[in-house]
Order: sequence, then structure tokens, then C-alpha cells
Amino acid sequence: MATSPLDTRVPDARAETGLPRERLVVVGNGMASLRFLERLTEDCRDRFDVTCVGAEPQAAYNRVLLSSLLGGEVDEAACEFRGLDWYAAHGIRLITGAPVTQIDRENALVMVGETHVLPFDKLVLAVGSLPIRLPKPGMDLPGVITFRDLADVAAIRRAAVQHARAIVIGGGLLGLEAAVGLARLGVDTTLLHVMDRLMERQLDHHAAGLVKRAMEARGVRVILQADTDRIEGDGRVERLVLKDGTVLPAELVVMSVGVRPSVGLAQAAGLEIGRGIKVDDRLTTSDPRIFALGECAEHRGLVYGLVEPAYEHAETLARHLAGQPAEYRGTALSTSLKVSGLPVFSAGTVDTPDDAEAIVLSDPGAGLYRKLLLRDGKLIGAVFVGDIAEQGACKGLIRSGDPIENVDDLMFGRLASEPLAA
Amino acid sequence: MLQPVADPAVRTTCPYCGVGCGVLATPDGQGGAAIAGDAEHPANYGRLCSKGSALGETLSLENRLLHPQVDGTRVSWDAALDTVVGKLRAVADEHGPDAIAFYLSGQLLTEDYYVANKLAKGFIGTPHVDTNSRLCMSSAVAAHRRAFGSDTVPGCYEDLDEADLIVLVGSNTAWCHPVLFRRMADAKARRGTKFVVIDPRRTQTAQESDLFLGIRPGTDVALFSGLLVYLSDNGFRDRAFVESHTAGLDGALERARLIAPDAAAVAAATGVPEADIAAFYALFSGTRRVVTAFSQGVNQSAQGTDKGNSIINCHLITGRIGETGMGPFSLTGQPNAMGGREVGGLANMLAAHMHFAPEEVDRVRRFWGAPRIITGEGMKAVALFEAVAKGKIKALWVMGTNPLVSMPRADLIRDALGGLDLYVVSEAVADSDTARGLGKTTVLLPAQGWGEKDGTVTNSERRISRQRRFLDSPGEARPDWAVLAEVGRRLGHGRAFAFDSAAAIFREHAGLSAYENNGTRDFDLGALADLSEAAYDVNLPVQWPIPKRSGPRGAPQGKARLFGDGRFYTFDQRARFVAVQPPGLALAVSEAFPFVLNTGRVRDHWHTMTRTGKSQRLSAHRAVPFVEVHPDDAAAHGLADGGIARLTTAHGEAELEVTVTDTVVPGNVFMPMHWGGAFASRARVGALVRGMPDPVSGQPELKATPAAVAPVAYRARGFLMTRRQVDLPEGWWWARAAITGGWGVQFATQDSSRAVALMVRGLIQSEALAGCELAEYADHARDRYRCAVYDGARLVACLAYAPAAERPDWEAAKALFAAEEPETAERRALLSGRAATASAGPVVCACHGVGADVITATIAAGAGSVETVGAACKAGTNCGSCIPEIRKMLAGQTARAA
Repeated sequence: MATSPLDTRVPDARAETGLPRERLVVVGNGMASLRFLERLTEDCRDRFDVTCVGAEPQAAYNRVLLSSLLGGEVDEAACEFRGLDWYAAHGIRLITGAPVTQIDRENALVMVGETHVLPFDKLVLAVGSLPIRLPKPGMDLPGVITFRDLADVAAIRRAAVQHARAIVIGGGLLGLEAAVGLARLGVDTTLLHVMDRLMERQLDHHAAGLVKRAMEARGVRVILQADTDRIEGDGRVERLVLKDGTVLPAELVVMSVGVRPSVGLAQAAGLEIGRGIKVDDRLTTSDPRIFALGECAEHRGLVYGLVEPAYEHAETLARHLAGQPAEYRGTALSTSLKVSGLPVFSAGTVDTPDDAEAIVLSDPGAGLYRKLLLRDGKLIGAVFVGDIAEQGACKGLIRSGDPIENVDDLMFGRLASEPLAA
Repeated sequence: MLQPVADPAVRTTCPYCGVGCGVLATPDGQGGAAIAGDAEHPANYGRLCSKGSALGETLSLENRLLHPQVDGTRVSWDAALDTVVGKLRAVADEHGPDAIAFYLSGQLLTEDYYVANKLAKGFIGTPHVDTNSRLCMSSAVAAHRRAFGSDTVPGCYEDLDEADLIVLVGSNTAWCHPVLFRRMADAKARRGTKFVVIDPRRTQTAQESDLFLGIRPGTDVALFSGLLVYLSDNGFRDRAFVESHTAGLDGALERARLIAPDAAAVAAATGVPEADIAAFYALFSGTRRVVTAFSQGVNQSAQGTDKGNSIINCHLITGRIGETGMGPFSLTGQPNAMGGREVGGLANMLAAHMHFAPEEVDRVRRFWGAPRIITGEGMKAVALFEAVAKGKIKALWVMGTNPLVSMPRADLIRDALGGLDLYVVSEAVADSDTARGLGKTTVLLPAQGWGEKDGTVTNSERRISRQRRFLDSPGEARPDWAVLAEVGRRLGHGRAFAFDSAAAIFREHAGLSAYENNGTRDFDLGALADLSEAAYDVNLPVQWPIPKRSGPRGAPQGKARLFGDGRFYTFDQRARFVAVQPPGLALAVSEAFPFVLNTGRVRDHWHTMTRTGKSQRLSAHRAVPFVEVHPDDAAAHGLADGGIARLTTAHGEAELEVTVTDTVVPGNVFMPMHWGGAFASRARVGALVRGMPDPVSGQPELKATPAAVAPVAYRARGFLMTRRQVDLPEGWWWARAAITGGWGVQFATQDSSRAVALMVRGLIQSEALAGCELAEYADHARDRYRCAVYDGARLVACLAYAPAAERPDWEAAKALFAAEEPETAERRALLSGRAATASAGPVVCACHGVGADVITATIAAGAGSVETVGAACKAGTNCGSCIPEIRKMLAGQTARAA
């Protein structure tokens, strides 16, 4: 799969425009990076000589499907986006399995270990984020695995032998998906979450309860307010101990307690760093030649951990580099995703503020939940579980602040038949 | 004689109205039965109305009284009867036997009636035996007796087939006697029979008429007095008949002229345009074959007897009686009101069409061997219950009827029961208002219901049919006659009450009717007095009179018509014209009570709903008690269609849903009679009506009480649907209806959606709902709330609440609730109130369960007639009682299209 690191082919297409082509280096080949490359090649395929360097051995794949892959619902082929021929056909030089080690801003060079030195005119950092490991004893024991990439999936699958007992730490989206994937493999799976509800940033208690129920229906034991004290084992994971003294035997611990933007490279290069790599509305870092997008970028103080804003970054930056007016103003906080097949959507405010009205529809048996939060006739938040058909309208209304015309349509769906006369 | 039908179908008779339709019941072996019309029964020839068709849905044991109770505690029959007998003795000893009263019912079988009457009048020695038939047709009885000297219905159903003009007075036949109405409609189709309908309301029957006379309430006498004058003055008098067979015409005519000298006077009195009156008189006078059928609009009046006689007068002057296709015809309300009249189970009769002439009393005394037989009339229903209130009656035994709903001033009666030393209720239903009444000692005795009991009934055309048993008797229920006979034996009258079968009672009853009769009394069942048990089982139906030597041996012949020979049962064998009193209502409207409150039936319910209330099909047509108000009055009083109104009279009040309709005239309102305390919060018709009795018959005026009507502003409306019956909080307005899969209650409340949601949360934590899960939709800012309760996947209950103006859609939810385990889309629809699939709208055709929306769609799709609608969606193809509504919809839609 990997392109040879010694491939030094220089595309020669300048003659077509007569302009010198700028050298554009993209560090990282994840989902945001690929989307950026796709848009860039559509908008101005001849302006740049593009080189893309990815740390993972494969070209960009669908990270969202990792849990499905883990659970055996899909195979690796289903996770692929673009074949190497696509990169070649679009004049993109792709270097995979090659972690960038240094950015030399002074000389405008990107170093890839000992193998490559890539000069750039423009540099895009799409280096994503790194999984967090809890600073607790025993986290480095063999059998403690994060869940972030294809290699992790492979490691988990190797450990998930029959009768294995697995613990997933972290009740965010990825943790839930990992737990379901494990359960589907027939592994006895327990999910630990330190908060009193799952996905607390996206879901209110009710919706989180539904998600918990869905997890349990899929064979995952869920323990809330579970504060991990340590992991123990003789040369390998054997058990996890909670703060309250509960001992949970396990052969496998999957760590999914969140990610932090991957900022090491940028920091070393002296770029301005907050929680992520700071960018302006054109995704430009403190160095005007260098851009950042996706999960590593910090825009207006916000770091996003979801694919949707990353794609918006990609589109904005591609347009900007193509010389078109483009501006990124942030992505309204919304989540719409499938927690192992259960559609979940949340946008705006999640918990009901005192000065807002909640409209709630809840049918736990049918796995349905909808909450709309209104203030002065305007939508300020929405949480949907089970059916998220009206998510687009909700996002639009939250973003625009327009008054709601028909709250019933929003609540019950425009597609349902017309309301009946009494 | 009928051939026995193939096992296991059982030939029996419908328990509802006085048409007395033959029914084939095929038990399913699990307590239910398939129901079909009996094609061989001469009342209906296989037809059944919506109520009869749905009999199979009314057989469940839900709410049945299955065991004897004394003061709310279950006891053995032995102990219960000890209490009854002991208290009866004590009351008789202390206050005299006439402190004991029986209140019977047109629902009882003739045999039950006979034993009750014999026990009370012959052996206990109290004359106070009356019946709910007093509220039904006692004015017709009195009119018959004044005119004919006997309580005789002169004609028969065949006359309806053969008439050229049918005048329907105070009768919504299309809804109340649907099978007869179908016969009339067939006659119209076959021979062009014309219908004239006389009614203050433009009923469904009126809408099917050739001529509708919307008279002011209580002015019937003016209309028929005017007719009598017209007939006399225009050469339509049958001189030969009048001279040979009648008496009293001059007096009657003189009075009629005072009341209604000409058409203009009639128009002024009745409010009917003069041209319409002229048209009616011309039609009547010019048609020899005319049947004037009358029902509760005539009878339930303080002037009912005069109304009946004013009608009969017109038939006597034209000699139109006793021949094919003509005559006055009382359409009886109850299945066995006629049987009750025959045994004499009313306070102004003794027995077997005998009254209190000394020789009659003596004859019955000898026949019964009853030395303590009473010698005079007892108190009629209204007076009887007043006597309870005054403490003159100390022991009351109510059998098979619900006077706490149906009697006028029912609230007073309910309160009066507390003064009774003994209150006995023989009843099939555990929770009727009457079964919930309390005396100082209260005894409930479980009775058999339809399909369990065995005996005879008589219909409106004097036809005696069998009600046969096809179900096991549930719990400890016993035949009423057996209970009464046991009481008779325990009181020491072993020989007189040694009955061992219904047939034995019938034989004695028939024997008494023939005893020293020799043609002097119309009621004569002599040919049946020796009926064997086997013959009793197969030998009916038959019309009386049927004296000993009628017809060939073994096949006695009843008589279809009487008086064709001009011989009546007066001492001189002449019929009497009656000089009637000027028309008028007992009570005038006033500033405080400006409306005339009319009452009556709806199409698909019977009496106080103890039976029809169990059928979801029958409860679909009208699910809540309502008051009909003319649009002008509605506008003037701030009443909105579908809103709730308080209807108040000097005696009580009700809260009813408003139906704005021009079928009632301004100044009149109409409410149905069916909803008692078991089915609605505040809708008992009896609580409102004053019930001034007719001076002759004692029948109370139930259709003209001064009333006021005003809107009631409830905060919210909604409904609750449950698999089993549940009660709503005190103070809520509610009405209960059977629905597919359970019970629905529509409600109105002042509580907020938040309060209701909290209440639901409380309930869900109760033991009864342990393990159940709550699904909810809550928008408290807009005061909206809906919820559904599931036990696993099974829908247990659902509730909808919305501001009163929004009214959640009951029909759509009913359709959803019908599914035991709704799918996700339906579950969402329950919470959203938006249909998963289109609702069919309110049910029009109860037999086939076809809704208004379906019919509308069928018409829109091109069905242009009742027949094509029926062919397309089956609506109206069974009992046909919805055909008027379908026709109305056809007309409406055609008008819109034009």
C-alpha cells in the first residue's frame, strides 16, 4: 500500500499554465486531509505540486467505521476511500507510513525522519489528535490499548479471543462504539464512564439513558460514575480496580477517554499553540505559509473532535488556496452520529436552562427521544435519539436564530401525515 | 311451527326494543356467540339492526354481578334470601304489606314478571308493583283502554308492509326501531308508501320522510284535533262504522273544534306552515291504508294519553282499523313491555288484562288461591318513588332496570334510598347506578342475562317469542322467577310457588288468561295453557289472542288483527272517541330556564348502556353524551360545537358536549337518555327531568323540561385509553366508551398538563403498573401532554391532553390503541397525535365499522347512491340504520360539487 519513500518523481505540468507551481505539503493523511485534497484538486488542480505525508501505513480511510470494523460488520475494504491510483491520477505524491519529525520554517522544509526532506511553499498540518491515556498506574501494561486507528483495531481483535473479558474506559462516542464492537465479537464487555451519564457533552440524561439501554441491549454492561484507580497484572492486564474498591477482572482494557490535538510538531516549529494549533478564519496559523485543519486546529478558541467541522475546514482551506473568497466562522456545535446503529443527534444547548422551555418526546421502549429547547420562540438546542430526520432543520434554526414556524413539524416530522382535525 | 335449526345455533329473540327480532345465536363454547338474524322470524325475516348485530360483543362477564351480596359483602344465596325474607316480614309486620314495593322492568321475561306480580299482589298483599314500562308506554296502554276497552294493539307489522301512508308521530323509527323502518322503506320502494313524520326534531327518520311536520313540543293534540275536524267536515267520516261501532264522536269533535277549528289555528298552535298541514290532511284523508305509528314522543308526556286518543280518534272516524295496512300502532320501546302488560305487572292492573272490578279480583283470587289478594290500584312509578322519599315505602325490590338513571328527579330518588329498611336489586350488572344505591340494608341478587335466561317475550305486534338460553349461567346467577318463587315459598306459600320450570309458569299464565274468559277479554292464551315442556321449546312465536279452539289441533292460530269486525272490549262493544284536553306542556319555560329540554335515544345505544356500553362498535357512533343546540341559540349563548355545556333544570344538572345542529329548533335542546354514572361524570338524564305525570296513565313527561344551557370553560380536553376500566380524578368531566381492545374515556379538566404528567408519573410507580414503562410527549409551555404505557411491547394505556380548543384526535388514537403491540410508527403516532395512517373518521356504519371519512372518500370517488356506497365500502349494507346518514353525506357532497 505504501508509496516508496524513495519516489522522488517531480510532476512536470508547469508548462500548461506557464506559471511556476507552488509546492504544497500536507502533513497527515486522515479524513480531513483527504477531503482537503479532493476539494483542492477539483478547484485548482494545476496550481500546486502536492505531496501528502501520512504516519499510518495506509492511505486515508474511514475512521468512523473503525468500530464497525472491530465488530466485524464491515471489512477493511469497506473502510477505504481512495486508492493509490486516485492520488497518482491527481498528481498527488503520497508518502505513507512516514511520521513527520520536524518542520524547518526557516528553510521551509519538512523532515520525515531520515528518509525525506520536503521543501514547501505552503504547508498544511492535518495531523489530527492523539488518544489520551489516563495517568493511572498500570496503563502501560500489555493489554491496555487505545482505540484510534486500524492498528488499534488489529491489536484489539488479537486480544479479543474467546471468553476474554474486556473493559472499555470512556463513555464517549468512540468508547461506546468500541464496547459494542467487542460485544459483537462475543467478548464479555464492560463499559466504564466516570460521569453519571454517557456522552454527557452531547446528551441530556434522558437521551443518555436511552443510549445506555441500547448499549445494554447489545450486550455491554455499563457502569457509570466509575472512577478508575489502577490497572493491575503480572506482566499483563489482569484486573482493573475502581476508586470505590470494585475489582473488575479483565484481559483487555480499551482506553477511550478522549483525544488531545496533536500539537508537538507545530509547537516544536514555534507556531502559536493553544489547546490546538491556533488558526484564523482562513485556517492560517501564526505563520502565513502554514495552515492547520481538522482536529489539531484551534479556531476561535475551539477545538473540534468531529468529522463535520474538519470537513468544513477542508472545504474552506481548499477554496482559500484556490484563490477564492473563503472564510470559516466555526461550526455550530452539533453531533449527529450513529451509536452502533442508533442514530443520535444533538445540537446547541443540551441541558434545559431555567429560562428555556423544553418540549420532550420520549419512548424508551421504541428507542425514541426528542427534545427541543426553546427560548422566546427560538430554537436553542435539540437532542434526538432513534430518529434524527429533522436534524438539518434544527441545525439551521439554531444557527440562524430564526423563529420556529411549526414546532410540531420539527418535533414529529414533516414527513408524517398531516395532523388530523380533532 | 318452526323447524328446529341445526345445532348448535339457538333460536332466540333480541333483548333490545319492542320489535322483537328473531336471533340465531351460535355459541362459541367460550362464553361468546356468533349472532345472526333469524330468517324465519316474522318480525325481522333475518334482519338485525346495529344493536342486534353487535349482541355478540356484549356477552363478556366484565362488570357482571356474579354473587349475592348483603351490604357490600358476598354471601350465600341462602343467607341473602334469609335477609330478604326476614326484612320483608319485618316491614310487613311493622308497617303493613303496602310498605313493600316492587319496581320491575320491560327487560324481564314474562315468566319472571308473572311470578313477581303474583307474589306481590296475591301473597305479600301489596298493590305497589310498577315497572319501567310506566316510563315507556303506559300512556299508549291508557289510550288503548279508553278507546277499545282493552290494551290491544289492533294491527301487526304486516300492516306496515301494506300501507300506502305511514304517519310517524314522536318516533325516530330509523334509529329506535330500525328493522321496522326497513320494512317501511321496503314498502316505499315496492308500493310507493308515503312517510309523514311529526316530531319537534328533524330526526334521521324525518330526513327520510315525504313530509315533515316539525311541531312545537306538546302540540300533537292540536294537529290531530285539527285532522279530526278536517275529516269530519270534508266528508271522510265512515258513517257506517262510526254509527255501528263507536260512541262519543260528538263530544270529541266539539272539543277538537275548540282546540283546532281550522288549518290556520293548527298552524298557529304547532308552528308548522299552514300549507304543510293542508298537505298532511289531504294525504291522510285521501289514503285509506294509513298506519299512524307512535312512540315515546307521544307517550312520554304529561298529556300522552290524550295524544294517543287524538290519533286513535282519526282512525275511528275513518273506520281505518283492524284491516290490512291500517290502524293506530304503538311502537313499544322494550323487548317485553308487552309481556309485562299481559301479566299485569303495572300498578293499575291486576293480572292478565284484568283490573280491579270486584268480579275480576275475585276471579284472580280463586285462580291463584290467594286470600290476601289486593283489591285496588297501587302507586305508579313517579308516586311510588315519591313514597320511598316520604318514608311510606320501607322495602323496595328493583329488578332488571336502572331507575337511578332513568327516573325523573333521579337525584332525589338516590338520596331517598337511604330511608329504606330493605333495598333489593336483582341485576346482571355490578356497577349500574341502581346497583350502587344504598338502603339501610342492601341486597344485590345476581340475575341471568340475555342468552342465559329462558322464557318468553311479547313484541309490539302481540307476538310471543322465546328467549332461549345458549350460554351457561355465570357465577351464581339464577333466573329471577326462581328467586321470586323461592321467596314465595319461604314466606309460606309453597303451593302457589311450586314452579319447577319457566314452562310451568307460562302454562299458569296462559291458564289465567283463559280463565272464565269466553271471549270477554282480548288477552287469551287458552290454546297454550297445556303446552308441554317440549312444545314450549318449539311452538312459538305466535300472536295473541290464541284461545283454546283456535286453529287445527296442535297448531293453534293467533290473530294478526283485531277489531276488523267492529267489536271492541267495552261493555257495549263500541269503541270510544275521547274528548281530549287542549295541548300544552306541563311546565312552561321561564327566564331562568328558557329552553325546552327534549330527551331520547341515539342510534346505537340501549337504555342505560349496561349492555350496549360493552360493545366497541356500538360505542363508536356517539362516544360522549351530548346536547343538541340550534346554531342561533349556540351563538346567543356562546356555545361552540364540540365544547362543553352545563345543562341545568330546576332539578339537576348535566355537563354535555355541545352539538350545534339545525335538527333542533331554536328554543329546544336535546340530550340522549343513555349515559349513567358508570359511563359519564354528569350526564344522567333522570337527574334533570321533572317528569310531571300524565293524569290518566301516570307516565311522566320526560321530553319537555324547562332548562338553561351555558358553556363550561375547561382548561383542557383529552382522552385516556386503557385495557381495563379505570376511574378519573374527582372533578373531571368524563365519558367512557368501549373501544377495540379496552376502554376509552374522554375527559375535560382544569388541571394543567404539568399536573397531569405528575399524576401519570405517580400512577406508573403504583403496584398495578409495576414493570411498565412510560412513553411521553410533554410541551408544558403550550399545555400539551400525551403518554403511553407499555408492558414490554404491549400497549397498556395511552393518554392525550391538550388545551380545550385543540381537542386531541380520539378516532385516530382509537385505531392505534386497537393494536396490542403497536409498531414504532404507531407508537410515535400515539405520542404525536399525528396519524401513522389516515383515520377513518367517526363511525357511521356500526355493523361494518365504516367511518365517515371512508364514506366521504367513497362518494368522492364517484359513488352516487346509497347502493353504490354500500357496494364499495359495505357501509349501510347490514342493518341499514346508517343509510339516512349516508344519504345526508351524499346530498352534502353533491351540493358542494354543484
